[in-house]
Amino acid sequence: MFDNLSEKLSGILDRLTGRGALSAADVDAASREVRRALLEADVALEVVRGFVEKLRERAVGVEIIKSVKPGQMVVKIVHDELVAMLGANAEPIDLNAPAPVPIMMVGLQGSGKTTTTAKIAKRLTEQMRRKVLMASLDTRRPAAMEQLAVLGQQVGVDTLPIVAGQSPVQIARRAIEAGRFGGYDAVLLDTAGRITLDEAMMAEAADVERAANPHEVLLVADALTGQDAVNLARAFNERVGLTGIVLTRVDGDGRGGAALSMRAVTGKPIKLIGTGEKMDALEDFHPARIADRILGMGDIVSLVERAAATIDAEKTARTAERMRKGAFDLNDLREQLGQMQRMGGIGGLMGMLPGIAKMKNQLATANVNENMLKHQVAIIDSMTPKERRNPDILKASRKKRIAAGSGTKVEEINKLLKMHRTMADMMKAIGSGKRGPLAGLANMMGLGGGGMPSPEEMAKLAEKMPGGLPGGGAPGLPPAMPGLPPQLPGGLPGLGGKLPGGLPGLGGFPGFGKKK
Amino acid sequence: MDDSTNATGKNWWQRLTGGLRRTSASISGAIADLVTKRKLDEATIEELEEVLIRADLGIDTAGRVAAAIAEGRYNKTVTEDEVKDILATEVEKILAPVAAPLTIAPDAHPFVILVVGVNGSGKTTTIGKLAARLAREGRKVTLVAGDTFRAAATEQLKIWSQRTGASIVAGTQGADAAGLAYTGLEQAREQGADVLIVDTAGRLQNKAGLMSELDKIVRVMKKLDTTAPHAVLLVLDATVGQNAISQVTEFQKTAGVTGLVMTKLDGTARGGILVALAAKYRLPVHFIGVGEGVDDLAPFAARDFARAIAGLN
Ligand SMILES: Nc1nc2c(ncn2[C@@H]2O[C@H](COP(=O)(O)OP(=O)(O)OP(=O)(O)O)[C@@H](O)[C@H]2O)c(=O)[nH]1
Ligand SMILES: [Mg+2]
Repeated sequence: MFDNLSEKLSGILDRLTGRGALSAADVDAASREVRRALLEADVALEVVRGFVEKLRERAVGVEIIKSVKPGQMVVKIVHDELVAMLGANAEPIDLNAPAPVPIMMVGLQGSGKTTTTAKIAKRLTEQMRRKVLMASLDTRRPAAMEQLAVLGQQVGVDTLPIVAGQSPVQIARRAIEAGRFGGYDAVLLDTAGRITLDEAMMAEAADVERAANPHEVLLVADALTGQDAVNLARAFNERVGLTGIVLTRVDGDGRGGAALSMRAVTGKPIKLIGTGEKMDALEDFHPARIADRILGMGDIVSLVERAAATIDAEKTARTAERMRKGAFDLNDLREQLGQMQRMGGIGGLMGMLPGIAKMKNQLATANVNENMLKHQVAIIDSMTPKERRNPDILKASRKKRIAAGSGTKVEEINKLLKMHRTMADMMKAIGSGKRGPLAGLANMMGLGGGGMPSPEEMAKLAEKMPGGLPGGGAPGLPPAMPGLPPQLPGGLPGLGGKLPGGLPGLGGFPGFGKKK
Repeated sequence: MDDSTNATGKNWWQRLTGGLRRTSASISGAIADLVTKRKLDEATIEELEEVLIRADLGIDTAGRVAAAIAEGRYNKTVTEDEVKDILATEVEKILAPVAAPLTIAPDAHPFVILVVGVNGSGKTTTIGKLAARLAREGRKVTLVAGDTFRAAATEQLKIWSQRTGASIVAGTQGADAAGLAYTGLEQAREQGADVLIVDTAGRLQNKAGLMSELDKIVRVMKKLDTTAPHAVLLVLDATVGQNAISQVTEFQKTAGVTGLVMTKLDGTARGGILVALAAKYRLPVHFIGVGEGVDDLAPFAARDFARAIAGLN
């Protein structure tokens, strides 16, 4: 159902996620596109408006977590807002009331009430072992009562005998009565379809509601509904007081915006979805899962969540301070590597990113793997504190000892040291740059505690740097990293592409860098 | 067909505006809110566009209509009535080419009308209303209860046949719909019916299996009459959103839709998707449904529809 919306949104957000910084114009453009995607998915205009406003507010604002790119943050915001709109938890039909529990179905003509009534009855009977009675209160549509009777036979659920000439309220009373005497657990009341402008019909629904005092009042609505979804949901909610919504024809290729609209304006949960014409084509609605599906970017969302949880702001700030002074030693590097490991290592980080499968293969051929990270940590761990503070004292004999202690080779140690030196040099340059063109870079790396650079700063920076920003626009990239596999594409995650530019305090992955 | 009056003697135009009145009231209210004593500037036009989006015209069509409204009038001060007029004119421009009555060709015996659409859109009810209308014009009508799937669908159509005096060919639930259509056409011929209307089960257009069953109904009838069906009506519910576009595409592909009917315009739904459809497909729109009664079917008239939408009468 949501496939189309999902496609559109991920397209828009894909273009954002790689970005290092979002200008107000970026956010504006993205908001416009999100608005369009939602409207094309039939989300009601007023709901879209609220959504986009919140998105804009939050995206332009300061809620940027260090080590996560703003674009990724926007994905998270869209996700959060979708969840907020759909509700967080699944809410099944509630039968917690004295038997027989009356359940009333309402909706527009042709929305699928009768079919849904029978489906729910079947489910309560078979899955929850309840004794269910169904009654049709539709005295208007030709053969509506016969339809429910036939369905009752099909699913093996009793229906209230049809008595000609009774009003819907009378039938409702008779159904509850029969439910009580017959020892039924639940009584399902299928009502006639009605347009919300028909005052007499709406009054009738309200009368039935008063007479039956239903424990659940379910609005049955078509997933293919357009902008009218808000009107109908509101009108029914005001007149009969809904407890939940059942969305039908979810198996169609509609874009499902009605679900978002109706939940948003009534605050009532979507409890069930109809997914086919068969009597068992009824499913629980899991809002969080749906939100993930709409976005198709659950991976980035959890990446942001984990990044936020893992990063120790204090440590980061301390490292930043040392960096600024040009005192980035192996202890600091060890700290960065450890943070990366805590986030699930390279594999963990990559696994969380969409479209990474291809990348993974390239990394494998380039011999970039978990082991490298582990080895680098082991190497540093095998050093004495003095060595860590002073890598310069590492001569051949010490290296041999460390290699033996860490189970690595001297070459690996050399590589690590070269990488560290490059990083330290670069950071010194940044630190001493003061107001120079690189002054903001440390901040950008998520190390300065200063948040994101302003768009102007970014622009200025881009101008001054030959070939634009390092890492294809992602800040926080050491421009030259040793051990970098030359055959890797420029869009290597974490570098130009999709990994958070400010990986915990570290511009990119140790051991490999951007293609030159 | 004589479209000027119906059985109750009420002018169809009154019915149409009656059905659309509240709909347009809310639209015109919104228009009034936004342009009274205002300049037709960018913000105003954007709001006007949003009014159209809320009527389900879809973002592209709404944008185009809004742009047309802006053209040449940009920054002019306009009154509420002027804006309504302009809006009606622009919408009418798009709808006029598709407003066409359903013509019953005299050389077809019988003239076969196949009615298709998604579940619950109003096919059976529309058939009932249409049968009544054709009978009033003195035509002999036969119905085929081609929905052999949904529970009590046959009973529903039988009641309409009783209401309208049309004869009916029905099978049992689960029977082959195509076979029934064939029998229906045979019988209608034998009985000298003028019009044969074939009801079909509601189906979502993305279900390939169900769509091919529809294709089969068409093919089987062609065995008896290569020109049948002479009209294929797609029934759209006014509450439908942008999905109507995919409905038209798919049903046209499979069943060769020749015209549209939009039902439930008596509700709050605006049915503005018709404007988008008109722009895109140029398929004739024959009727609109404005209630559940036998007379609640009105011919589609572009000017009136557009004016009613704009809140003018
Ligand atoms: N208010 C209103 N209700 C309508 C209109 N046309 C049809 N209905 C109602 O819509 C509901 C569905 O109509 P049906 O004619 O059974 O629709 P269908 O397309 O045949 O449905 P299936 O055969 O189940 O796919 C019924 O309750 C009709 O009374 C209309 O113009 N206005
Ligand atoms: Mg039907």
